[in-house]
Amino acid sequence: MPEQLLFAMEVTLNGLMAGVLYALVALGFVLIFKASGIFNYAQGVMALFAALTLVGIMEGQIPFAHIINAIFGTELHHFGWHVPALLAIILTAGVMVLFAWLVQRYIFQHLVNQEPIILFMATIGLAYFLEGVGDLMWGSDIKKLDVGLPQGINDWIDVTTLEALGYGFFIDNLDISATVVAVFLVAALIIFSQYTKQGRALRAVADDHQAALSVGISLNFIWVLVWSIAGFVALVAGIMWGAKSGVQFSLSLIALKALPVLMLGGFTSIPGAIVGGLIIGVGEKLFEFAIGPLVGGATENWFAYVLALLFLVFRPQGLFGEKIIERV
Amino acid sequence: MFYREAGDFNTSYPEDSQTFPIKFDRYRYYVVLAVAFLVIPFIINDYWANAVFVPFLIYAIAAIGLNILTGYCGQVSLGTGGFMAVGAYAVYKLMTSFPEVSMLIHVPLAGLITAGVVTVFGLPSLRIKGFYLAVATLAAQFFLVWLFNKVPWFYNYSASGQISSPERDVFGIIITGPNTEAWAKYVICLIFVTLAAVIARNLTRGSVGRKWMAIRDMDIAAEIIGVNPMMAKLTAFAVSGFFIGIAGALFFSVYLGAAEVGESFGIDKSFLVLFMVIIGGLGSIFGSFAGAAFMVLLPVLLKNVFVGFLGWPTDLAAHLQFIVAGGLIIVFLIMEPHGLAQLWRLAKEKLRLWPFPH
Repeated sequence: MPEQLLFAMEVTLNGLMAGVLYALVALGFVLIFKASGIFNYAQGVMALFAALTLVGIMEGQIPFAHIINAIFGTELHHFGWHVPALLAIILTAGVMVLFAWLVQRYIFQHLVNQEPIILFMATIGLAYFLEGVGDLMWGSDIKKLDVGLPQGINDWIDVTTLEALGYGFFIDNLDISATVVAVFLVAALIIFSQYTKQGRALRAVADDHQAALSVGISLNFIWVLVWSIAGFVALVAGIMWGAKSGVQFSLSLIALKALPVLMLGGFTSIPGAIVGGLIIGVGEKLFEFAIGPLVGGATENWFAYVLALLFLVFRPQGLFGEKIIERV
Repeated sequence: MFYREAGDFNTSYPEDSQTFPIKFDRYRYYVVLAVAFLVIPFIINDYWANAVFVPFLIYAIAAIGLNILTGYCGQVSLGTGGFMAVGAYAVYKLMTSFPEVSMLIHVPLAGLITAGVVTVFGLPSLRIKGFYLAVATLAAQFFLVWLFNKVPWFYNYSASGQISSPERDVFGIIITGPNTEAWAKYVICLIFVTLAAVIARNLTRGSVGRKWMAIRDMDIAAEIIGVNPMMAKLTAFAVSGFFIGIAGALFFSVYLGAAEVGESFGIDKSFLVLFMVIIGGLGSIFGSFAGAAFMVLLPVLLKNVFVGFLGWPTDLAAHLQFIVAGGLIIVFLIMEPHGLAQLWRLAKEKLRLWPFPH
C-alpha cells in the first residue's frame, strides 16, 4: 500500500480517538440540555475543576492554602499524605455531586422559566466563578495527573501493523484506554436511562416538564441528578484530558471544541454527540493532514466550526436533532 | 417631582416624536453631553483615560453594535472579538496604505469593511436559529483570528506578527501613536460614541428597528405581516458590524497602539461584550452604556481593593476577580434579568410619582 494512504489511515485512527474525547465533553452538554433546556457553557470548566480537585486530593494539597497564607501570613501547602487514585476519584465524584446540588439550589432554582439566553449567560457566569474557585482552591500552576492509566505508544499495534503492512501505526495507549472508558460510560448511561426508575423519570422530564411534574416527578431532584451525572462525565473527561496534556487552564477550552460536535450531532441527541465527536475528530485531523500544510497549519482551531456551520446550512437541526417545527 | 410630563405640551408632530419626549430627560441628556465634551477633557489625566474612559467609550460602541444584533434583532452572536479584529486590521491596512487620508475617514471606512464581512457571516442566520447560530458565529471568531495570524499581508509582513498604529493627527492634534495626549484619545472616542449612539437610537426608533424587533419577537409571525426576514436580519448584521468595526478600529489604533490578534481580539472579548449587553439590558441603548461602564469599572475597582487596599498578591487578586465577576453576573441575572436598563426604567417610574407614591 502507498505510504500516503497508510499515513492517512493512521491519522484517521488518531482522529477517531480524539473524537471520542470530544464526544465525552459533548455528552455532558447534551444531558443537561435535554433535561433542563440549559445550554451549559460551564461544562469544560467543570472538567477542569474536577481534574484540579482530583489532583489536589491525591497530592493531599490544602484547599485555599494561597489565600489563607495571604491573610494570616502562614506557610501552609500540603497535608503531607497521598490518597490512592480510586479513593480520590470517589471523593471527587462526591465533590461534583455537592457542586451539582449547590448549582441547582442557589442558581437555577431561581432562574426557572427564564429565557434560554439568560440561562446560557448564567452558565457563563458560573464558568468564570468556578474557574476562579478552582484556581483559588488548588493554585493555577500546571499539574501532572497520573491515575495509573498506561501511557505512550502501543507496542503491540506498532509491531503487528509493521509486520502486516510494513508501516508501524503510532497509537497512544492513553487514547485506547480513553476509548474503552468512553464506551463503558456511554453503555452505563444508556442502561441507566433505559432500565432504571430514575432514568425513566429523567427521560420523562426531558420530554415534557409539566407532564412529568403532574405525574409526581420531582423536577428539582432530576435536575440535581442530571448536573451530578454531567459532573461525573466532566470528571471522566477531565481525567482523560488531564492525563494527556496536564491539568491546566486550557482544559476548560475543550468545551468550545465540544460545541461544533453538538451542532453536528444535534443538541438533544446522545448518539448524535458520539457520532458528531467522531466526525469532527477525524475531519479536523484529516483536513490538517491534507490541506493544513498548504495554508500554514493550525487549521484545527476553526475547521470544526466551519464544518459544523456548512453542515447546518443544509440540515439546521443537526444529524440526529429533533426536527424543528415552528408555529405562529 | 423631577421626572414628569405634566406641563410639557407638544404642539407639533416633530415635537411629539422626539427622542426624549420628557423635558427632564432632555435636559439631563444635554447636561451629560456638556459635561462629557466641555468638562472632562480639561480634567482628565493619563490614568483615568487609559484605565476607565477610553475603554468604556470604545466598549460602549461595541456593546451598541452587539445590542442591535442580539437585543433588537434577537440573533445571538459570539463572534464580536473576531469582528472587532476585522475593524482593527482594516484600519491598520488603511492607515499604512493611505497615510495622507484623515483618520476621520479611515475609521468609518473600517466600519464599512467590517459590516461587509459580518454580513457574509450573517448569511447562515437565514437558515439557523438560536444557539445553533450562536455556535455558528464562533466559526467566524476562530476563523478570523486564525486568518489574521496566518496571512502576513494583514500585518504588513512585520516580524513579530503584531500590528502597531503609526502616528496620525486630525486637524493637527495627534490621536494615535505613543505621543497622544490623554484628552485627545478621549475626545476622538467620545465623538464616535456620540455619533454611534445617536444613529443607533434613531435607527431603532424607526421602521428598520421595528422590523428587527418583530423578527426578534417571532420571526415567522413577522414574515407573515410583511417583514422581509432576509433584509431585516442582514441589515441588523451589517449595522451591528459597522459599529463593532468602528469599536475594533478605535480599540486598536487609539487605545492599544499595538495589538496581537489572538490576545487582543480572542473569544474573551466576545464574551465580555456579550456580558455588557446582558448586564446592561438587551434592547436598550442606555443599557449598552451602563453595561460597558459596569464591566470596565469592575476589574479596576476590584484590583484597587484587593491589591491596593488589602495588599494581596496580584495572582490571588486575579482569581478573586474571576469569582466576583462570575458571581455578580449570576446574582444580576437572578435579581434583574433585564439588566441595568430595567433598573433605570423602574427608577424613572418611581421618580414620576415621588414624593406622593399613590
